[in-house]
Amino acid sequence: MSEISLEQRVETLEKQLRELKDQRKDCLSMVVFSNDLDKILAALIISVGAAAMDTEVRLFFTFWAISALRDKNKKIKGKDMKSRMFGSMLPHGTEQLKLSKMNMEGIGRDMIRGLMKEKNVTSPEELLSTAAELGVKINICEMSMDLMGFKKEEMIDYPDLSYCGVATFLADAGESSIQLFI
Amino acid sequence: MMTEDLTNIKVDKSVDARGTSCPGPLLAAKKAIGEIENGQVMEVLSADEGTRRDIPKWCTKKGYEYLGTLEEAGYYKIFLRK
Repeated sequence: MSEISLEQRVETLEKQLRELKDQRKDCLSMVVFSNDLDKILAALIISVGAAAMDTEVRLFFTFWAISALRDKNKKIKGKDMKSRMFGSMLPHGTEQLKLSKMNMEGIGRDMIRGLMKEKNVTSPEELLSTAAELGVKINICEMSMDLMGFKKEEMIDYPDLSYCGVATFLADAGESSIQLFI
Repeated sequence: MMTEDLTNIKVDKSVDARGTSCPGPLLAAKKAIGEIENGQVMEVLSADEGTRRDIPKWCTKKGYEYLGTLEEAGYYKIFLRK
């Protein structure tokens, strides 16, 4: 027989539950890893949807996904040969992203883009500007930038864009109520 | 709320989001809700089946009162009270 009454145990549990709830913010932390058009689209729709529901959104762009944030009109000089090679083979911004399936040398991508217009699905370009308006934060992995030879000067103009390391993502994700990897 | 009540309800703000897909209607609703006072009624018009399910969830989260949905020809009228 337990000496602690049921009432006391419930009270303790409720207190612990309150503490647990308090630790999590109404915040979405997402790792955006892929630079596939379809996956970037999903990441942006979820982000804009969350922001529309007044959830704070922090995106951590790493590896391939960083190429989706390049500005095709910004030309960078002074890169070494390997960086130039990487740079030329990867997309310059969302307009150049490929589909993860059925891309068919760009035919599939063009078809999807056409269908999206037909069915009023917002393009990644528009979603990015809406995300900016709604205050979605973008953090870019500094190590990946360095690895692929990307320069900060070739990234898009986005109001809340900064560079960070994995610890920032982990700290953000740790206090967020939703964490995703795309 | 009964369907009869919804057809006669006084709407303070109408948001026509029939030209957009997810998350367009939700965004339109979020923008418009700031333009009405607490207690006022807003309707969201959407051709999107998903929005019909999304708006009540948004209402729950934001503490608005979801009043119900009317099915019109080719679109939905979704009602809520701020």
